[in-house]
Parts: sequence; structure tokens; C-alpha cells
Amino acid sequence: MTNAADIRALFNGPQVHRDVYTSAELYRLEMRHLFTDAWIFVGHDSQTPKKGDYFTTQIGDQPVIQVRHSDGEIHVLHNRCPHKGTKIAIDRDGNTGKFFRCPYHAWSFKTDGCLLAIPLKKGYDGTGLGESENGKGMKAVGAVHVHRGFVFARLAEEGIGFEEYFGDSLSSLDNMVDRSPAGRLEVAGPPLRYMHQCNWKMLVENQTDTCHPMVAHESSAGTAVKIWEEMGNPEPRPVAMQIIAPFMSPYEFFEDMGIRTWPNGHGHTGVNHSIHSDYEAIPGYFEAMVEAYGEERAKAILDENRHNTVYFPNVMVKGPIQQLRNFIPLGPSRTLVESYIYRLVDAPDELLARTAMYNRMINAPTSIVGHDDLEMYERAQEGLLSDGMEWVDVRRLRTGPEDFSEQDVENGTTERQMRNQFDAWVKFMTASMEDA
Amino acid sequence: MSVSREQLIDFIYDEARMLDEGRYDEWLALWLDDGHYWMPLDYKQTDPHLVTSLLYEDMFMLRLRVERLNGARTFSQKPKSRCHHVIQRPFVDEMDGDRFVTNTSMHYVETRLDEQFLLALTATHELRLVDGALRIASKRVDLLNSDAAFGNIQLLP
Repeated sequence: MTNAADIRALFNGPQVHRDVYTSAELYRLEMRHLFTDAWIFVGHDSQTPKKGDYFTTQIGDQPVIQVRHSDGEIHVLHNRCPHKGTKIAIDRDGNTGKFFRCPYHAWSFKTDGCLLAIPLKKGYDGTGLGESENGKGMKAVGAVHVHRGFVFARLAEEGIGFEEYFGDSLSSLDNMVDRSPAGRLEVAGPPLRYMHQCNWKMLVENQTDTCHPMVAHESSAGTAVKIWEEMGNPEPRPVAMQIIAPFMSPYEFFEDMGIRTWPNGHGHTGVNHSIHSDYEAIPGYFEAMVEAYGEERAKAILDENRHNTVYFPNVMVKGPIQQLRNFIPLGPSRTLVESYIYRLVDAPDELLARTAMYNRMINAPTSIVGHDDLEMYERAQEGLLSDGMEWVDVRRLRTGPEDFSEQDVENGTTERQMRNQFDAWVKFMTASMEDA
Repeated sequence: MSVSREQLIDFIYDEARMLDEGRYDEWLALWLDDGHYWMPLDYKQTDPHLVTSLLYEDMFMLRLRVERLNGARTFSQKPKSRCHHVIQRPFVDEMDGDRFVTNTSMHYVETRLDEQFLLALTATHELRLVDGALRIASKRVDLLNSDAAFGNIQLLP
């Protein structure tokens, strides 16, 4: 299966073929096409604040290094020595000073990847190394763009531009950053790391699946509400209750919240309100926002309560919570989820305390909410091996052919955003693929 | 009334056994009302509030966690997990009137269906003597590999 027609046949509008979740061959094609031609999240610039600071991660299955070069710019380099392939940086983060040095044969490179020195270099005289790709240094990814601190990269040298790829969807990242009176975020500690034995797309789809919280999370959120009732519904509710109780909101709440889709597979839940709308005000925060932005603008920023924004293909952002979840594919049935939280610079610490609580309560491997999500994904991964049916259904609130090239807002329980993702999946899987 | 070193050590063993045998009501009764169970995410983490932890739970959250385990629609616990603590003799690090601190190395095994995993950890208990009974004021569980990527950890180390 290597031509575009075969890929297009896997998504017919109301349904998607189960092979997209289970096939090793399709996973390989995703890495070579989708994760190569699309813009992929790398990290936040506050993870590498000083010159020489680096951290290691993956773009699809490609090991990369995000590093702050001597001119202050962020570079993203393939984490591979051009000599024998040794990973240059092994630890998760650190400071490399003015250059990287391979621990195997001491080839060294400037922090923009350019070759600096090779020991006993005369051994390469007349060999042609200098003219080869390997003689130039560590290879950089195709393109890097930093949007308000968030670092994205495209592996391919040529392809769609950053602005065209994300378009108006950047409004969710902007709103998250605008929530800082200083207009700046800083990463707060290391991310949660949660291993899932399922395909990465199940996690991405679940971000805008508004018909599962009151079902899959009844055991956690429903029990919380029940215990609180037994205690006589005392006020004020602690932050933990403010966080977990809205998961039990009725279907009507999720229908009314709305879903917006943007071109290229991006979209968000919570157009009108969300499970994050009714958190208690934190003293001093609104005042700091008014001071920074003026009252009208401060209100406009805080009135946005978008729930989950999917940046296709594989991250989700919660603006009101200052959280980003990165769904890193490790194989057709293996996904590492890294959940980051950010501090709103110049905002009261109570906001960050709530954010940290949300992260551990909802998205940790020890979370009573996360437990049931993972259970559903892993059951689906196993169930999809059944040959009894080959197609997965995503047609909820779809009444005919859809155009995903324009922004659209619909009922909050539509599966349109999942279809939007598969429309973009086909587009970027086939962008550099030959037709049959 | 005074508490002996041996009574403190027995208390730690008894607590682990309650968790292994699923005697959660008894286990919850060991805790003081303002107690916290903390499992840091980062090695030698000092702050439970402003960076992420794996767990930092007060009595409300612990009670919720325990009640959920018995729910009819607790899907990730169908079938239920089982756990097993093997503990090294606790060190009694502090004995100060009615306040005590112990440090205990453990191997924790959790299993469900065909999966089983092992965690090595150090538990730090702060205990208080209240009305003649030892109670847990705080429990900190440092996983040896706290920064590793885990699947579900559903019961309590």
C-alpha cells in the first residue's frame, strides 16, 4: 500500500478503516509522510532558556534536539552524529556550552549543527568527506518556527508554511499565552510521561469526544459528586471538586459547548463554554490582567474558555489550564503521552497550583480519570483486531458530504473534528505520494 | 504514653498489609484529617504544589480513590488489580515526643490480567500519636524511576 489512491480509500466520510490504527505499514507511512510534511510540536522555548541549553525529544519517530544557539535562536537538529550515527545527546536536557561533542570519536559541532572539528582531520584529506552530507555536520530539520514560545518543526525541507498550516487555530495558543499579564509562559517542571498501548490517533480523537466523559468517567467524577453530596454539598468547593465535577455534566452541556473545526485537521471543543468555565476567581489575577491589558481586553481574554484544542496531528492544548499534551507515536499500538504545564508569568501562584493539580488528577498514570481513558483505548486497540467488522464509525451529526477547507462551528457532540482530522490525515499522507 | 521503635515498625508493616489485602476502610482510618499522600514525579522533588506530581492527595481524594475501586462502573478495575508490598525493616529517623518519621524501602508489585509490574520505592511516613493511637500525618512515596513512562498504576504503593 504505497500509493495515494489506497490511502484515500481508508476514509470515506462517515467511516475510517481500522487498519489506520493497527497496520505497521500504515504507521511507517505516517512517519515518512504525515510526520515529515506536517508541522510538529517540539517543545517550549523556556525549556532551553540559555545559550547551549538543549532538550531531546522526537518528531514522529525521529530523535531530535532542541537547542539554543549562540545567537539566541532555537535550532532543531537530528540527534545523530554524521559519522557513525551515535546519538549526540542522550540525557533529556542539559547545557552543552558552545558546541556538541560526540562521545564516540569526538567529532564536534556548533549548536546550529555545523561541523566544528574532527580529531586527526588529515585522515580525511582527499576522501571527499568535506563534500558529502556527513562532512557538513549535524543535520537540521527542514524548518523551525517559534510561535509565542512554542517551537514547531517540519522535517521536510519543502512544504506547507507555518501560517498556512495552522491559520486561525493559533488563536487558542495565543489565548493561553495572553492569560499571562506579561504575555509569556514558562514551562513548570518536567512533563508527566504516560505510556499507552494503543495507536496515537485514538488519543487525539478522544480530545474532542464529548460523549465519553459522563460514561467512561462516571466511576471517578460521578463518585466525587456522590461523596460531596453525602457531605452535604459544603461551599466553597475545593479546587479538586471544581476540576472533576464538570466531567459529569449532562449531554446538553456538551451539545451547547460547541465544536469549531479549522482547515488542516485543527479544531477545538468549548466554543461557548466548557468544563473550565466555572472555576473560582483567584484573588489578584483579574486585577493584574486589567493592569496589563485594560478591562475590556482582559475580559475578552478570560471569557474564552476553550476546552481542548487539537493541533493536528498530535498535540492538544488547554488554554484555561495552561496545559499541553504531546501524543508521541512509538509504534502502531504504542504511544507516549507527555503532559506539560506552564506558569503564567506575573500571575498569582494559585493558578499554577490549580494547573498542576489538574495535570496529576486527570492525566497521570496514577489518575483515576486517566485509568478509565487508557482502559478504553487499549480495549479498542484489541477490539479492532476483530475481522468481524473492518470499519470504525465517526459519522455522528454528519448528514452529507463535508467541506473541511473553511472554519465551521457545530453542535458540541459532533464527531466532525475527528472527520476533519482524517481529512487532513489523507491530505498529508498523500501530499508527497505518487498516485496509482 | 510512649511509643517504642518496634511499635513504629509494626505500624508500617501493618499499613502495607492493609493495602495488599484491600482493607481500605481500615487504611483510611489510619490517616489524620489533614494528611496528604504524595508521590513526586521528579527525583528529589521538593515542591508538591507548583510542579506536577504523580499523586498529591488529601483525604477527600483518597476517599474518592478508595470508593471508586468498588464502583459498578469502574471499568479499569474489571477485573480488579492486586498488589503486593515487600518491605525492608523501616528506619526510624525521628522520634520527637508524639511525632515520628520513618523511612522504608519497598518493592511494590501490581498485577491485573496478564500484566504485572514492579516498582522499587522509598516511603517516608510522618506519624503522630493522637489519643493513644499512631496516625499518618503524611506519606511520601519516592519511586526509584519516578521519571519513567508508566502505564496505569491503579492501586497504592
